[in-house]
Amino acid sequence: MARGREDTVIVELGHFALVTALAAAFIQTIIPLIGAARDDARWIAVARPAALAQFGFVAAAFLALIIAHVDNDFSVLNVVQNSHSAKPLLYRISGVWGNHEGSMVLWLQILTLFGAGVALFGSELRPAFQARVLSVMGALGIAFGLFILLTSNPFARVADPPLDGMGLNPVLQDPGLAFHPPVLYTGYVGLAVSFAFAVAALIEGRVDAVWARWVRPWTLAAWTALTVGIAMGSWWAYYELGWGGWWAWDPVENASFVPWLVATALIHSVIVVERREALKTWTVLLAILAFSMSLLGTFLVRSGVLTSVHAFATDPARGVAILLILGVFIGGALALYAWRAPRLAQGGLFAIVSREGALIANNVVLAACAAAVLLATLYPLIAQTLLGRTISVGAPVFEFFFPPMIALALALLPVGVALPWKRGNLHIMSLRLRFAAAAAIGLVALTLAFVSASAWTVFVGLLLAAWVAAGTAFDWSERTKLGRDAFGVTIARAIGLPRATWGMVIAHFGLAICTLGIVVDSTWKQEDAVLLKPGQSVPAIGYTLTLEKIEPRVPHENYTSTRATLRFDRDAKTVLVLHPERRFFALQQTVTTEAAITTTFLRDIYATLGEQRGDQWIVRVQWRPLVAFIWIGALTMAFGGMVSLSDRRYRLGVPMRSRRRPVEVAAE
Amino acid sequence: MRWLASIALMLTLLIPLVARAVEPGEELADPKLEARARAISAELRCLVCQNESIDTSEADLARDLRHLVRERLKAGDSDQQVKAFIVERYGEFVLLKPKVDAGTSALWFGPFGLLFVGLAVAYFYFQHRRAQALEGFLTGDEERRLGNLTDVGRRWPDDSNPPR
Repeated sequence: MARGREDTVIVELGHFALVTALAAAFIQTIIPLIGAARDDARWIAVARPAALAQFGFVAAAFLALIIAHVDNDFSVLNVVQNSHSAKPLLYRISGVWGNHEGSMVLWLQILTLFGAGVALFGSELRPAFQARVLSVMGALGIAFGLFILLTSNPFARVADPPLDGMGLNPVLQDPGLAFHPPVLYTGYVGLAVSFAFAVAALIEGRVDAVWARWVRPWTLAAWTALTVGIAMGSWWAYYELGWGGWWAWDPVENASFVPWLVATALIHSVIVVERREALKTWTVLLAILAFSMSLLGTFLVRSGVLTSVHAFATDPARGVAILLILGVFIGGALALYAWRAPRLAQGGLFAIVSREGALIANNVVLAACAAAVLLATLYPLIAQTLLGRTISVGAPVFEFFFPPMIALALALLPVGVALPWKRGNLHIMSLRLRFAAAAAIGLVALTLAFVSASAWTVFVGLLLAAWVAAGTAFDWSERTKLGRDAFGVTIARAIGLPRATWGMVIAHFGLAICTLGIVVDSTWKQEDAVLLKPGQSVPAIGYTLTLEKIEPRVPHENYTSTRATLRFDRDAKTVLVLHPERRFFALQQTVTTEAAITTTFLRDIYATLGEQRGDQWIVRVQWRPLVAFIWIGALTMAFGGMVSLSDRRYRLGVPMRSRRRPVEVAAE
Repeated sequence: MRWLASIALMLTLLIPLVARAVEPGEELADPKLEARARAISAELRCLVCQNESIDTSEADLARDLRHLVRERLKAGDSDQQVKAFIVERYGEFVLLKPKVDAGTSALWFGPFGLLFVGLAVAYFYFQHRRAQALEGFLTGDEERRLGNLTDVGRRWPDDSNPPR
């Protein structure tokens, strides 16, 4: 089991690999930058191997850390503080990034992975431009490499190795944790590529359609990962935290949501650059801001300046260090922007009623949403510093301003999709949209004939979801000329649509599904809390609920479980049986609730076991209509991103070839 | 009018039942009072938890506060009075929804202000860009006058020479 320090040098090798990676990062940053400035092909050529080397060395360090965790090497401080010999293997691995030091190594690992990606798949980039991009990414590697080695070294040894570790926070011992952070970080850090492209373009003073075509796939990939990561986090909160909430406007949730909003704006504005060479300076600014928000999120989480459920291992000294990194990169990029952006050539003209105009409105709304969420998240800090007041900004505040603001974006979506580039015609647009409007109103009227709602906001929410879905559907039918030709011709047209168009249609549908889930679950969910003795029955959420039995304190690998058997009957027939649990982790003296959930397409039934009161147990049950749509919708959006990513025009590393067009399709 | 009344009835009946950490036996008998207690609880912070309201928290302190809220309501306090009572004891930090005053006006009005300013800036920038781009082109009137003077400055839509 636990090996002594004399047994293994793997940890030292890992430490050494991390230092070597830092050296590679210095080379990757300095040599190619000078080479690009002096147009020296040999110095430029250093960029790619250096990026690959940095990736390789970080991977070696990361692997060494994983081995230390898997091997229960309690001579390593990081393992002592976060692991325990009784912890299952999966959590010994995922525990590597379930703590501050390890999660920063993961951060660096993903950064260098993207760096290697740009080195390998960026063959269509101009070599000098690629060198500059890699140089910027190398600089990020230096900053985070130094940060890890100087303030958060995961390879630090302890002088007197204890016999066992302190274990991982039980709430984090969940399969969700194994995958949520890596995916989320892929999104966060992927935005570094867009950032590096923007900075490199500012250095060169050139932003054009070709630049947009290069930036778009990387941004799409990061956005897709960020979408999946946020959805996973939300789902994890829903089933693990025990009260069925999927979004609490927690500072850390916001720290991932703000970059998502900015990245969403970016993937839309970069289309305008690609198609029309307009909005260039704005798009470059968004690319800088999207990653800046990722860095800011990292700072907020790691420094612990905001109270949050996610703030493990917070430390003011690290906060100052990250603040410094933040200042250098955000400040530096924005200064470069202020200096160089005015020189970028202006692009094509367009009328305000046009696809471009609608996309600008989309960008303004999304940017305002991002700024507003950021403002509210930071407001306690602002009030503390400037006014000396200690205030809280909780979910009720976000629920006050966010829905009406994002509603504007949803309302504009079908309009933007229906408008042509350059100049649109309001009359033709309204003709195209009246079917969508009629369909949306019809759908909502039909829905409300069966159920009723208590607030006008519900009508608006349902209407928006239906409007987005109908607008997207009618746009698709326009592009395929559905019903105007033989069915086979329509199918051929649909197949011939560019993948990017399919991606857009799918992602917008996903948005409609997600909106529907949010509105329906928030409006019609039902919850009951009851006290039950084993064998007792009560009516709850439309069922007869029976607590059949309680199995107390069943021992497991590193916890004991108290498991309830709940029977739901309707019309004297058993509909389902659920087994919610309470788990007691003796090591940490912590109880976690394991919700039992059964999902059908249309509703979730959610049960948790509460505390014991005498010979009775608190049982909470919830009926959650369409709640799964929230995550299905988010994943559909991400799938749209992937489909768009597979478009021949953006396929990474594939040489350009003129696209085959089997059937004439409507222009995008 | 009867259908209107039945819709109104349906609307009031289907107000969502929300019960979270509230334990059985905690609820007040009067459903109206209980609904008010729930609404107030959702806006009060559980001080020993991380970013949770007392309505969703299982912590003992949260339960005590829920009891306190309900007692004050039974004693006939208004919603405002209940919140003021809690704030007096636990400080402003306990409010998840800070009250609107000079210090929080930027929080409450900032988001919509940002949206409005953003849209305005985008609009004026658009106008400015358009004006800038059209500078150097003659206006329709100028072109007509020039055409009258020289009879050659006139351009036709397709850039060909005007017919003689």
